[in-house]
Amino acid sequence: MAIRSVKNLKEFSTANERFEGAHLLCPGCAHSMIVRELMNATDDNLVIATNTGCLEVSTAVYPYTSWDTSWIHIGFENAATAAAGAEAMYKARKRKGTLKDPDAPVKFVAFGGDGSTYDIGFQWLSGAVERGHDFTYICLDNENYANTGGQRSSSTPVGAHTSTAQAGRVSYGKKQKKKDMVAIMAAHGAPYVAQLAPNKWKIMAKGFQKALETEGPCFINTVSACTTEWKFDAKDTIHITDLATDTLMFPIYEIINGHELNILYRPKNVLPVEEYLAAQGRYKHLFKPENRHVIERIQKEIDEKWEYLQRREEAKV
Amino acid sequence: MRGVLATDKRGVRELGAEDLVGWDEVTQGVVLNSFDIEVENPAFLRPEERPYSDFNSYTATVASWRVIKPVYNRDICIDCQNCWVWCPDSSIISRDKQMLGIDYDHCKGCGVCVEVCPTNPKSLLMFAEAEEPEEALGKWPEKKKKAK
Repeated sequence: MAIRSVKNLKEFSTANERFEGAHLLCPGCAHSMIVRELMNATDDNLVIATNTGCLEVSTAVYPYTSWDTSWIHIGFENAATAAAGAEAMYKARKRKGTLKDPDAPVKFVAFGGDGSTYDIGFQWLSGAVERGHDFTYICLDNENYANTGGQRSSSTPVGAHTSTAQAGRVSYGKKQKKKDMVAIMAAHGAPYVAQLAPNKWKIMAKGFQKALETEGPCFINTVSACTTEWKFDAKDTIHITDLATDTLMFPIYEIINGHELNILYRPKNVLPVEEYLAAQGRYKHLFKPENRHVIERIQKEIDEKWEYLQRREEAKV
Repeated sequence: MRGVLATDKRGVRELGAEDLVGWDEVTQGVVLNSFDIEVENPAFLRPEERPYSDFNSYTATVASWRVIKPVYNRDICIDCQNCWVWCPDSSIISRDKQMLGIDYDHCKGCGVCVEVCPTNPKSLLMFAEAEEPEEALGKWPEKKKKAK
């Protein structure tokens, strides 16, 4: 297992990029920051499958591919299945001795957006994790179907404006709560489940390495700020992600073996959620006087969740 | 190192292969090779040593997306590599822990690198696409004093 040193950025930057430029993701998209970081975190051979979503359609625009590793272009729902199938075949061929280079370390990774992870590919992901294949599933959570025009997904948080949950005179955007995917995957008993963010590069790289090293199915939910649908300037991707982690909208934590919860990042100054909401166009309507109650609701839910995470960490159950 | 096709006209014609099937004729199971010859593991090869095939997007460019571009000032840079780790387009060229410059074939001009640059003044700044780098370096701001 060739894990790269992530002690500091200088050492990390000696990695040889395996994700090439001139893909067609939007300028400032956090998807490619996360993908690059995963691929730079290890020197092992990678077999990657990707669900349909921004990442898949933008990195494989015929006749070009942006991947220097084995990469499988697959349907909307089954990156988890494709990675699991490739892993099963690899194991079988290793057992039969038909591999060309049986000692070369190979890691199996699946990428999916939140649409294909929380909604469409949920059953397939659940099945692959239950069967216990040795692979890592990474969800690039941008909280909507950004590839098809920003429809709501079950990952869209309360109050966000999307093209199918519009804010206006009657509605304040999405009314339902965001699905807690990390808890669901931890409930599968997966050996490593985490929620990470690209602005904390070291925590994220270490999390990726831990997931790749861990035998068995690992799930990582990563925050991927979407300049187009969250409506902010392309240069502010990291700033928005900073606000997301510092307002605890996206707490960074891991759950080992389904029960041992560790909080990986505690903000020194917890910011009020207004700062995160005000920085994005999709929450603009919440600052009207009649919608103020939604902000209070969001803040209350964040506080409750943070309290819950801290108590679980203390209790170690 | 193979010559980079400095064009953004993506398509069959640019690859110079008339026998390439159309995108709507591609069937399941088709493989596009990233490299011309078999590469054991590209993680051990630097980009300039790799035998990129014409299918690799490294040989394409998105330079025409840019309206503004980052300009790099070597004199101020401290090689912290913040820009490298957060560049979404693999466009910061770093070798042996040193920042060498910007890959203008793949940079889309998003400006993330400028935002995350910690030096004072910044060692990366956005300028108009038409601006010559030498001219831009002449306009570099002075060090800002901390407000007391």
